[in-house]
Amino acid sequence: MIEFELNGQTVTSESPPDTPLLWVIRDELKLKGTKYACGIAMCGACTVHLDGTPLRSCVTPVSAAENRAVTTIEGLKTAQGKALQSAWVEEQVPQCGYCQSGQIMQAANLLAKNPNPSDADIDKAMNGNVCRCMAYVRIKKAIKSAANGGGA
Amino acid sequence: MALRKQIPAISRRTFLAGTAGTTLVMGLGAVLPGCSREDAASDLAAAGASKQFAPTVWFVVDGTGGVLINIAKAEMGQHVGTALARIVADELGADWSKVTVKHVDTDPKWGYMVTGGSWSVFTSFAMLSQAGAAGRTVLIEEGARMLGVEASACKAHGGKIYAGEKSVSFADIVAKNDISRTFTDEELGAMPIKPANERRLIGKQTAALDVPAKTNGEAVYGFDTELPDMVYAHPLIPPTRYGSTLNSIDDTAAKDIPGYVRTLALNDPSGILQGWAVVIAENYPAAMRAAKAVEVDWAAGPTASVSEADILAEGAKLAADPTSGVKVVDDGDVVVARKSAAKVHTATYRTSTVLHFTLEPQNALVEYVDGVFHIHSGNQWQSLILPFLAAALEVPESNIVIHQYYLGGGFGRRLFGDQMIPAALAARELGRPVKLIFQRAEDSRFDCVRSPSVAKFDASFDSKGQLTGIEHAAAAGWPTLAMAPGFLAPGVDGNGKFDTFSISGADHWYTLPNHRVRAINNDLAQRTFLPGWLRSVGPGWIGWGVESFMDEVAAMTGEDPVAFRLARLDAAGKNAGTAPNSVGGASRLAAALKDVTKRSGWGKELPAGEGMGVAVSQGQERNMPTWTACVAHVAVDAATKAVTVKKIWQTIDCGTVVHPDGAMAQAEGATLWGLSLALHEGTVFQNGEVKDQNLNTYQPLRMADVPELDIKFMESSEFPTGLGEPPLIAVPPAIGNAIFAATGTRVRDLPIRL
Repeated sequence: MIEFELNGQTVTSESPPDTPLLWVIRDELKLKGTKYACGIAMCGACTVHLDGTPLRSCVTPVSAAENRAVTTIEGLKTAQGKALQSAWVEEQVPQCGYCQSGQIMQAANLLAKNPNPSDADIDKAMNGNVCRCMAYVRIKKAIKSAANGGGA
Repeated sequence: MALRKQIPAISRRTFLAGTAGTTLVMGLGAVLPGCSREDAASDLAAAGASKQFAPTVWFVVDGTGGVLINIAKAEMGQHVGTALARIVADELGADWSKVTVKHVDTDPKWGYMVTGGSWSVFTSFAMLSQAGAAGRTVLIEEGARMLGVEASACKAHGGKIYAGEKSVSFADIVAKNDISRTFTDEELGAMPIKPANERRLIGKQTAALDVPAKTNGEAVYGFDTELPDMVYAHPLIPPTRYGSTLNSIDDTAAKDIPGYVRTLALNDPSGILQGWAVVIAENYPAAMRAAKAVEVDWAAGPTASVSEADILAEGAKLAADPTSGVKVVDDGDVVVARKSAAKVHTATYRTSTVLHFTLEPQNALVEYVDGVFHIHSGNQWQSLILPFLAAALEVPESNIVIHQYYLGGGFGRRLFGDQMIPAALAARELGRPVKLIFQRAEDSRFDCVRSPSVAKFDASFDSKGQLTGIEHAAAAGWPTLAMAPGFLAPGVDGNGKFDTFSISGADHWYTLPNHRVRAINNDLAQRTFLPGWLRSVGPGWIGWGVESFMDEVAAMTGEDPVAFRLARLDAAGKNAGTAPNSVGGASRLAAALKDVTKRSGWGKELPAGEGMGVAVSQGQERNMPTWTACVAHVAVDAATKAVTVKKIWQTIDCGTVVHPDGAMAQAEGATLWGLSLALHEGTVFQNGEVKDQNLNTYQPLRMADVPELDIKFMESSEFPTGLGEPPLIAVPPAIGNAIFAATGTRVRDLPIRL
């Protein structure tokens, strides 16, 4: 049994320790906002925060979360996170929306580390997150808007 | 287009409005055979639904003035629910803040269910407008009576009926009246549709209804569905799409995996699954582990050694044979033009295999209860897969219900719901709900890919160097032949049948004295894989050849590529356009081309190694032209040959724009898809399967690859045409033509590799 904190609540998983955290979050703990897409940490749809740092939950064993704090899109409560979610609506970012939880989790970490990122900073931080609808123009715009206090 | 002609015509079209409890239910559709309008109306009013009436649009006004509009189209990012609902709500005079939409499950009452071809607004606009106007007429009649005025003195907007200073809300009208009203087809045809200048929602900015839930994890995709007591299934896919047989399964090593249940070989009477098995487990991680541990011995089908080169070689051979294929266009006489030509120029354009790579992998959750299969899976073309499911499960279609969810990307992949079949077969066999999930590599292997294509062009020139004719022969695998052969169209000379979706765009709007197009099915492609419809479909590869070759010919005649095109976009003869879909014809494409060249500064001096290229497209089909002109500005590194796209301009005329911000989002995404297909993504067949199965080697465009975009819609109140796909088409040839301008090198293969 592995115990960790999920969005501020203490939870336990009965899954084998090498089970990817993604499936524990989705199927065992029933938070479906975090998505499976490539399974090899190359699209970012499964991005969650572990002690505030973004990681790809599809390749992270649940054991890595033991006694640590996991945050998913459902529990994103930071100022940057809220500003991003508002900006995502303001800029009408999502199309199919499947990647957007991961995009927002990745962007929240970018803004936490760098409150005023340049275009190049955004490209660098977000290049691991694929948007198949290719809503990239708006993702970037929304990040800038959230950084500038818009959307909040 | 052939498909739409074959969608069953709505007979005895009727509008019904009836009070049901505390709501007013309204629908436009067909009274079913054997039923009367009156019976259908009372049934609709009593039940809020009807077995006597098949509405193609159905909406409900409740006692608080809320309006629920049912949507039979798939929401896959195009914000289709918002666009369609605004057409109804505008005519109805509804308060937009009280409008909600619901994406409905399959039911025969909805008629033909398909979301593709960029058709949703185009095919629904007139019907939704009439339905909304009919609803408004009913509300005005009742409202006028309550206000004690003539109906002709009333207007509807913002959820109220107004007569001068006086008003009554939809809520009051619904709560205080027992309404029963029908309109005949003739009355519907005469409904007073608002003139464009009285619209309050269509063409105005709004936020899409599906966006908020897609920013906080609440949006529910097919992938997210669960049922009590369900098991998980993981596919074991045979080495070839067709003809593989399963010799044996050895699951010894899987038996030690906690949660592993068993491995099922599947027998699919529909023939879609050949040599298939699925691993069953109590959770998905166990299913993934077990899928690696189970050993399956297959006898591979006959295409197990086929390569991309084999498929392209077959296409080239077919294209070179002047007798091959089906004539799609045959204007003038290309043979005479060629015989009398002073010069003939030939070029071959090719495109390689492309994956849909929907970010949400294919999946289906199926529960078999009381003889009915309940299938939970996002899908674009329910009416296509239902008969296949019925054949696979050997039950009538009425025993199958497909429950709709948000689609985590469609792009044409979810036009075919073949992933539902293994889940349904397993659910029946196990007697438990089955959730089948494709891991990414399996999703790619089972994809109905965009076929590799080969297009051969022969241009004839007279002694003055003027273009006299073009013959265009295009060979590819045909999705429609594989999945919906009833929709193939006859050749112009009555000989043979062809897939309109795989050649559309070759019947372009340039006036050419002699022009022949042959559509050729690449039989090796057809045998090796299931060709699919991928965003922009045929025009996505046809346009690559047509617009690159136009540039090539312009260069040979020494003309400016824009002037060369404009001279042939004369809107003469068959290119004059017809009402309502293509009013203005080629003159609108010429106008878009002039606009984009002006805005992009076409012709300006550029540094060495940089160039601008132009291309045009005319949407998904001649009957639904979306006039698009594109200019790309590229830089090519002299040493590394690396291509950087600096900026893309597009001018788009799709007639009336219903949801402007949604339209812009579609145009942005489609433009970047075009760039991705031009420079970034593509795969090849190798040993009968796609070589690149995940993002480690399959590399669609990412954020750092995005150039500056400058996209403009032409102001228009013409009939709305489609938008999800057309802005993709001209981008790859504009980039190829820009590379020629920058380097003098003509690129003829997609993806472009210098």
